[in-house]
Amino acid sequence: MFNSIGLPVIVLGGLAIFFGIVLAYASKKFAVEVDPKVTEIREVLPGANCGGCGYAGCDALAEAVASGNAPITQCPVGGSEIAARIAAIMGVEASNAERQVARVICCGDKDNALEKYEYQGIKDCKAAEMLAGGSKSCRYGCTGLGTCVRECPFDAIHIVNGIAVVDEEKCTACKKCIAVCPKGIIELVPISKKVRVLCRNQEKGKATMQACKVGCIACQKCVKACKFDAIKVENNVAKIDYSKCVNCMMCAEVCPTKTIYANFADRKKAFIDDDKCIGCTICTKNCNFEAIEGELKGKHKVLDDKCVGCAQCSAKCPKDAIEMK
Amino acid sequence: MRLGLIIISAIFINNFILSQFLGICPFLGVSKKLDTAVGMSVAVTFVMGLASVICWMIQYYILIPFGIGYLQTIAFILVIAGLVQFVEMVIKKTSPTLYQALGIYLPLITTNCAVLGVAILNINKSYNLIESLVNGVGGGLGFALAIVLFAGVRERLDLAPIPKALDGFPIAMIAASLFSIAFLGFSGLFSGLL
Repeated sequence: MFNSIGLPVIVLGGLAIFFGIVLAYASKKFAVEVDPKVTEIREVLPGANCGGCGYAGCDALAEAVASGNAPITQCPVGGSEIAARIAAIMGVEASNAERQVARVICCGDKDNALEKYEYQGIKDCKAAEMLAGGSKSCRYGCTGLGTCVRECPFDAIHIVNGIAVVDEEKCTACKKCIAVCPKGIIELVPISKKVRVLCRNQEKGKATMQACKVGCIACQKCVKACKFDAIKVENNVAKIDYSKCVNCMMCAEVCPTKTIYANFADRKKAFIDDDKCIGCTICTKNCNFEAIEGELKGKHKVLDDKCVGCAQCSAKCPKDAIEMK
Repeated sequence: MRLGLIIISAIFINNFILSQFLGICPFLGVSKKLDTAVGMSVAVTFVMGLASVICWMIQYYILIPFGIGYLQTIAFILVIAGLVQFVEMVIKKTSPTLYQALGIYLPLITTNCAVLGVAILNINKSYNLIESLVNGVGGGLGFALAIVLFAGVRERLDLAPIPKALDGFPIAMIAASLFSIAFLGFSGLFSGLL
């Protein structure tokens, strides 16, 4: 009885206890200080050491993430939940201040863009694209058959009057729609940038005009109206450089075809707090629209009818006396 | 002579991955890049050699004398897992450069079936201590050969025009099976000698 049960228990138990003690001792004796981030990330990871991330186990991945060599989304097993927890550890969200959203660069809906033919095939943009670039007379425009709608895992794109429109609240910038769009007319932009050129037609003005009422005809009016050098016409279509754009919406105001979209209700006005203003005139010098007046050492005033809400004055004011409302 | 046969056999004829299908998990998991594959195979070779020796000792000095040879598998798993953990800690402390090279692969090896496989095969074939060590190291080298070659192939697969349905793991599986078929060519070499 003892030999068949007791002995194996004692021998295996003894071995286990022996290794347990050795490991416990070794972990103290050979302890190495590591970046606490590595340990924290390692604890969040599933710990299956499956190697699915391309690294040699969870420890290796934790190290790579902590040192910035791997993206926080690298663990395919953990998915978005683990990624979010790693992001919290790495503080990535905090540094990623500007949220991006997808936008569809086309405004040629059913009322504005003409149809070349009646498409009756499979309801899929890629299929339609093979028939002479889709039924729309503009071959750069949104086909409107909703391939991106079906691809979007967040229900953030819908077809409205024949073109895809992104719901910016729901969009997570996962880029799936961008990958699937056969026209390549979806792009990611910072959510704070309110002005958009909604056309990618690269044909000359006259050809564009024949295809769509709201296409960019490359008239250059927006380029002249922009005081910040943020808009250029390339390949017969206007393009905004969002690193320079300040949401003044002047381009949208002058656009004759209304291709450049901006919601004028969102336009802000500068407002100077009289108690804080010291009359330094810095705001006056920085205003490109001559919308601020006031003498040196005197209180300054914003001319509401000229102010376009570009926020350049409030950014430069040394006393933080200017608010955008 | 016998040692030479054992090592050739372990590397080519009875290659752990391609003929015995042990250690497939790291073979597919860590073969995406050539340098990680090399690191992994060095670590596996080291651990297989070490585990062969220690498990041989456990078998002949502990399990057999107590008449509990049937606990071989569980005892070996315990020993290998403990051993690898211990080696990892020692390397981490004593040699950061060596740890950089292979330490990160060690946790992945604790439960690698190829390591357990080599320990059990040594006993089944009644090798002595030296032969066990040679078989362990040879098995590790065979693992290295397979995974390094395969990593080279996979790096090329990334650039090859592969149909979308087969892209990624499916084509890797197909490549692995072709590898295995190629290694079948070694079977029958020295037949009757071992």
